[in-house]
Amino acid sequence: MRTRLIVLFSVLAGGLLIWNLHTIFLRVPDEASQGAIFRVFYFHFPAAVTSFTLFFVAMFSALWYLRTRDLRFDAAAAAINEVAFAFATITLITGMIWGRIIWGIWWAWDPRITSYFICLLMYFGYFMMRRAIDEPHRRARLSAVLSILASVDIVIVWKSIEWFRTQHPGPVLEIRGGGGMAPGMEAPLFWNVVVFLMLETALVLVRMRQQSIQSEIESLRRYAHAF
Amino acid sequence: MSAVSIQKVWKYFGDYPALRDISFDVAPGSCLALLGRNGAGKTTLLRILAGLSRSSKGEITILGQDARAQTTRRAVSVLGHGIGVYEELSAFENLKLFARLYGLADPAAIAADWLQRTGLDRVRDGLVREFSRGMRQRLAVARAFLHNPSLLLLDEPFTALDDRAIKMLQDLLRAALKDGRTVIMSTHQLREALELATDVALINRGKLAFRGPRTQEMLEDPTWLYRHYGEA
Amino acid sequence: MNFLRQALAVASKDLRSEIRSKESINASVAFALVILLLFSFAFDPTSDQVREIAGGLLWLVFAFAGTLILNRSFARELVNDCLDALLASPVTGAQLFLGKAVANFVILTVVELLAMPVFSIFYNVHWTQSIGLLFLVMLLGTWGLTVIGTLFSAMTVNLRLRELMLPMLVYPMMIPALMGAIQLSSLLVAGEPVGADNQIWFRLLVAFDVIFSLLALALVETVLVG
Repeated sequence: MRTRLIVLFSVLAGGLLIWNLHTIFLRVPDEASQGAIFRVFYFHFPAAVTSFTLFFVAMFSALWYLRTRDLRFDAAAAAINEVAFAFATITLITGMIWGRIIWGIWWAWDPRITSYFICLLMYFGYFMMRRAIDEPHRRARLSAVLSILASVDIVIVWKSIEWFRTQHPGPVLEIRGGGGMAPGMEAPLFWNVVVFLMLETALVLVRMRQQSIQSEIESLRRYAHAF
Repeated sequence: MSAVSIQKVWKYFGDYPALRDISFDVAPGSCLALLGRNGAGKTTLLRILAGLSRSSKGEITILGQDARAQTTRRAVSVLGHGIGVYEELSAFENLKLFARLYGLADPAAIAADWLQRTGLDRVRDGLVREFSRGMRQRLAVARAFLHNPSLLLLDEPFTALDDRAIKMLQDLLRAALKDGRTVIMSTHQLREALELATDVALINRGKLAFRGPRTQEMLEDPTWLYRHYGEA
Repeated sequence: MNFLRQALAVASKDLRSEIRSKESINASVAFALVILLLFSFAFDPTSDQVREIAGGLLWLVFAFAGTLILNRSFARELVNDCLDALLASPVTGAQLFLGKAVANFVILTVVELLAMPVFSIFYNVHWTQSIGLLFLVMLLGTWGLTVIGTLFSAMTVNLRLRELMLPMLVYPMMIPALMGAIQLSSLLVAGEPVGADNQIWFRLLVAFDVIFSLLALALVETVLVG
């Protein structure tokens, strides 16, 4: 069943992506002020929005583990956080590429990029902690608590860095440019968000399957050693 | 009503079953000797009874209630491998602290009383880090008894005690049992434990291999139980 | 009431222990001095520029020296299995946490009060303007650091690689509190009044302290026992 879902999501995502790429690269004109590089926004924005959401989805999955003590919710939370982490990295890298082309600098301490960086650091700590705990329920319990703390903190961090940077303005990496986008240009953005979500779902399912195979191998190893 | 009721308890560490379907009761006023080889699961079971760990499956009732309930913990005492007293505090301060934490009235008087009962009143203001091993053990015993627990959980209490401390602990346990309190004690020191025990349970690789009253035969030949029910 | 009394019993135990051994406070003060020394190599200590970044530097010293104390908070209970003795007693996780946090707060504040005059001397910065408000900021910021540090000490108490992981976990979490404290401290050191648009930092500090105190009290039992 799960394999079928994975294949389904991947194929749908793949198909949509190809169609979308066609639109993005061949149909949509260059943006007025930014030129061709604007196209990176079609990947940066969906990555940002979806990864941010996924961190919170993972937190709810972790909360559900605390409620039910069912390890599958912990496995889901970990897989979702991993995928979210990957896409948050994509967000950061695409943002940096755009910044380099437009502003000539790789990094600027604006609110969003700084907040994302802090988010990455926090979840890096999360993964480090998970690796350090062998006992599954303990790992699940502490990961859940860390997930809650990180999610609450990332909201506070975001707001406070925004306040900070309004007082110490630096270069504003506002990719979207002034005002809205021309009508024909919005659609591929929306579709790419859908593509990313489907891709992420497929990846989460793949990750979860890898985790369950991994734990099966570990328990077989334990039995082999013990008896 | 039993003092302790253990029903179908399992404990997993990952996939490893440390305790497998353990069920037995302990009647109030009895003294249960919990026997088993190293790694059998005695400490795991005692930790669950002490409320320090949760069972993966099954139910445990202590004095009619959940192990983690505050009222339960007030009535239960735990003496594990570590002495559970602070190095940087004096003997008196340690006992006073625990008397306070257990919500006893007049902690200072209780602390002073127990220092005397364990022969530590001469060193009451000495810091634990200066104490000899025997003195530390005696202080640990004082900490375990001072709140008049209805249930005493002792994990290998006679290990590393000198003769004087062994006698002191045995006297205290005898007095507690006469007072109607319940004792569960895991041990390797079969002779000292079986003297006091009214009941015996043997755990073998996480399973309950034997549960019954302590017989004269067991007292005369402490390894009888292992030979009949233990692993080869 | 009983809740506070038990928490205070734990707090006074920690403080008494620390006063006798002085292990954490010595290490922390020494570390603070070393950091102040290292900073002097990073920029010209005599320039006026220092006044601008004094607030930031001060809180970096507090954060680094402070986490030294906070990280050990629960780990020191492992000696003699005292943590088990505490958890088996009627004391709840929340009471234990609060007691330890209060003790840590006191110790950390003492370290900070010792570090500030040294900072003054090394970098020729004067704290005496608005000392009252500055002290308030110090207390609010320190409580934020304390709550996070103590909670993470509880989370990692039985983990291997604890020392490697704690900086990774703790510092990102503390950022909002540090930001608020740094902003306010910089303003106060420069002698500027805290105007309307800067009050947001006070609100941030207070909100951070309240939110994470409540979260910590709610979660610590899960963390310690399960």
